[in-house]
Amino acid sequence: MRYLPLTDTDRADMLAAIGVDAIDDLFVDIPADKRVDGALDLPPHRSELGVEQALKRMAMKNVSADSVPFFVGAGAYKHHVPATVDHLIQRSEFLTSYTPYQPEVSQGTLQVLFEFQTQVAELTGMEVANASMYDGSTATAEAVLMANRVTKRRKAVLAGGLHPHYRDVVRTVVDMADDKLVCLEADPLGTEDVIAAIDEETACVVVQTPSFYGHLIDLKPIAEAAHAKGALLVAVFTEVVALAAIEPPGAQGADIVVGEGQSIGNPLTFGGPYVGLFATRQKFLRQMPGRLCGETVDADGQRGFVLTLSTREQHIRRDKATSNICTNSGLCALAFSIHATLLGGAGLTKLAALNHAQAVMLVERLDTVRGVEVLNDTFFNEVTIRVDRNAEGVVDDLAGRGILAGVPVSRLLPKSGHDDLIVLAVTECVSDDDIETLATALSEVL
Amino acid sequence: MMNQNGRPTRPEAANAAETVGTFTGNAALDIEEPLIFEVGTNEATGVDLPDPAPVTSRLGGHARKTAVNLPGLTEPETMRHYVRLSRQNYAIDLGLYPLGSCTMKHNPRLNEKMARVPGFADIHPLQPLATVPGAIELMAELSHWLMEMTGMAAVALSPKAGAHGELCGMMAIKAALKARGETRSKVLVPESAHGTNPATAALLGYSVVSIPARADGTVDVEAVRERLDEDVAAIMLTNPNTCGLFERDIVEMAEAVHAVGAYFYGDGANFNAIMGKVRPGDLGIDAMHINLHKTFSTPHGGGGPGAGPVVLSDKLAAYAPLPYLRMEAGGAVLVEHPSDTEAEAHPFGRMTAFHGQMGMYVRALSYMMSHGEDGLRQAAEDAVLSANYVKARLADVMTVAYPERPSMHEVLFKDDFLDGTGVSTLDFAKAMIDEGFHPMTMYFPLVVHGAMLVEPTESESRASLDLFIATLRDLAMAASNGQVERFKQAPQHAPRRRLDETRAARSPSLRWTPPEPRSIEPAEAAE
Repeated sequence: MRYLPLTDTDRADMLAAIGVDAIDDLFVDIPADKRVDGALDLPPHRSELGVEQALKRMAMKNVSADSVPFFVGAGAYKHHVPATVDHLIQRSEFLTSYTPYQPEVSQGTLQVLFEFQTQVAELTGMEVANASMYDGSTATAEAVLMANRVTKRRKAVLAGGLHPHYRDVVRTVVDMADDKLVCLEADPLGTEDVIAAIDEETACVVVQTPSFYGHLIDLKPIAEAAHAKGALLVAVFTEVVALAAIEPPGAQGADIVVGEGQSIGNPLTFGGPYVGLFATRQKFLRQMPGRLCGETVDADGQRGFVLTLSTREQHIRRDKATSNICTNSGLCALAFSIHATLLGGAGLTKLAALNHAQAVMLVERLDTVRGVEVLNDTFFNEVTIRVDRNAEGVVDDLAGRGILAGVPVSRLLPKSGHDDLIVLAVTECVSDDDIETLATALSEVL
Repeated sequence: MMNQNGRPTRPEAANAAETVGTFTGNAALDIEEPLIFEVGTNEATGVDLPDPAPVTSRLGGHARKTAVNLPGLTEPETMRHYVRLSRQNYAIDLGLYPLGSCTMKHNPRLNEKMARVPGFADIHPLQPLATVPGAIELMAELSHWLMEMTGMAAVALSPKAGAHGELCGMMAIKAALKARGETRSKVLVPESAHGTNPATAALLGYSVVSIPARADGTVDVEAVRERLDEDVAAIMLTNPNTCGLFERDIVEMAEAVHAVGAYFYGDGANFNAIMGKVRPGDLGIDAMHINLHKTFSTPHGGGGPGAGPVVLSDKLAAYAPLPYLRMEAGGAVLVEHPSDTEAEAHPFGRMTAFHGQMGMYVRALSYMMSHGEDGLRQAAEDAVLSANYVKARLADVMTVAYPERPSMHEVLFKDDFLDGTGVSTLDFAKAMIDEGFHPMTMYFPLVVHGAMLVEPTESESRASLDLFIATLRDLAMAASNGQVERFKQAPQHAPRRRLDETRAARSPSLRWTPPEPRSIEPAEAAE
């Protein structure tokens, strides 16, 4: 077996050195009547070629984003990732290292995390960011739990523009902790009144901008209203590139900013692994979940980095920890950080402008298609359209024509009465021809 | 006195300006690298983008009012920055990485290649399911392997890491209790457990009852029975445990736990030791997460991403979270909504957006298929053999914590052999760094003094194991021979010497900030 270096001679010698006759003498503590007797119902080992062929046969049954006009977003986005990113994250020293608990031999990862935290703090307009969470949805759930700790209250208000999966993830955690939750109705028009739902019991109000339906939300009045009632504003984003185009949530008064970082540096991969971003104000630092990397010096006085403030974490505090998170999304955070470095402020700003411009062109074109109504006044690179027949049927029809035309809202909110809505995303990967193809096809099926 | 890296061997002599042995501060291949904020500029970029079409903005009043202040680098500069940083990391691909309970085994590159095939890497979680049948097929195949190897009825694939899997399993237990109309308040956790176990129980509002270990390092079924009552929701037990021992009373424990109507959560962090040897389902376990990033070789990546699918017994299968796979005649179907579930299913909710860590599923399945049923069992046996070999060859110079029982895939030492030497577990570990090894897990588990938990894994050759053993023997002798400085000054050959963690925590500096402009005070100028 190509991954196992020990030879049969080695094994025999080692058993002799241990002083046992057979390998099963080392497994004597497993109750004899419970041991696997004979083979499991699984195939034997296979060559590299054999595995590659079998897996590729599965992969080839899937329609990849690059192969068709592609408008699917709704929380995960098809962006171009420079070749440099994927090359660097496959450096053995990044790929095959553990969490940097031994800082003397982990400065590479630690410096990257310090740079990553700074990049995330800058983009969100916040003071501190952690070293990543699993993804945007779990980061949102962690933000709600953190707001409960900070305010010593137990009720969260979720805006109707929050991604339905994020809402479900928050609800699952909150229900299990027996905390309270108010979920506002789905808000495809972007007109809901979140402020009316905030009261003296509210720990936090959770608002996504751009919203799941693409609307840009003015966070400032919501932040002011929340603060007036002693609550926190948790701002959520699923498209991190938007933060280069719109006023950062931190500048609008958000107390915790969380979101999905996949768009920068990470492929779609059917939904994971992704990278959750988590940022907040310095004054809430001790209530933050997750790992934090900090600057210090070594015994020679040289600058270096370590994981710090770990008295918040499960491996020190156990049942008193701020979260149970251990492994996070280190390598995805590295990919994010490399791509952000390649872009730089100017490049990211241009990328955002490009996304927005392509989206504006799509909307202007769709405005001419009979049977399509664009619901957004404002948007970044994603909009919701209403079609004059069942949206799922439209998307399926277009898939049959080789166009992946967005996400029917009913995919995430079945039986919600929103069966005629489609969320469409446009990135730099969408060409003018793709827009024309989509518009033409829509006019044919509607 | 300077060592061969040009750094002083005594920290007292340290002064940043004096330590530099070369003009640049570099030492041949060891090249210091500044932060991107110190070398990059906002204008520089390594990405060429076309100019956006001239359009009327639809950002409304929401447009950013300030420039995005992020340093950029061109592609060659970016490449050097990260390659230089990478060289400051230890890695499995560089050498033996004996972190106990972390299973730092070889990460096959076929897995990486397969995860990057466009049909897996470039598909969207919400594109029509009819356009991704191969993705569903892969998830179903992985599920089959996991259920067959664990002897369990169902699997929830979506949890994103081990701790997330624990949360998922414990949520299923809480949901099952609720369905019975019960609210229980306690969870039993052995002292030797990972910190994630009590943290997870606490997240769900349970109070944690600790179970002490008996003298041989395992949990006595009597200690469990004494703490069991109708208010106990579950026990969370790692098996093999973090002392590297198989909990041999596990069947009796499971019977006792079930007798009071509680559930058995198995922490699968150490599943590597028992693949193909015993199935957790046959032992009475009701839920267990599998760390794909430990047992099934998906890379740790400097701290993730992981993946923590949870296998469930038939008692808990109905509570598996969304999404899950339903096996039908024509193949697997992805169930995403409560409205799509069968009558007997009561999913407790959703762990994450979308469908979990697809990239890790591909890698893990690639690993499983490569090994096959025979290879997985051989891997478990080699891992256990290697740990016991290390233990046997070191038992006379280091202190094996629990010599009575055979070890599984890892061996626990305590620091008795360092008594009176002036060398601590920390010093000993840091001296390993100078010898070219990553330290073992230190000061964990908490059940023995100065714990050192060594997990060599099945990926090491005999020569590699022998060099590791010879090195630890030499270090143990050196400690007992009074060579204290070799330990106290360690590491001397790493990219950094010991870092001041107290300082980092006392006044946290968690992001780069521009240096204050230096103003020259008259008094200073006069000097």
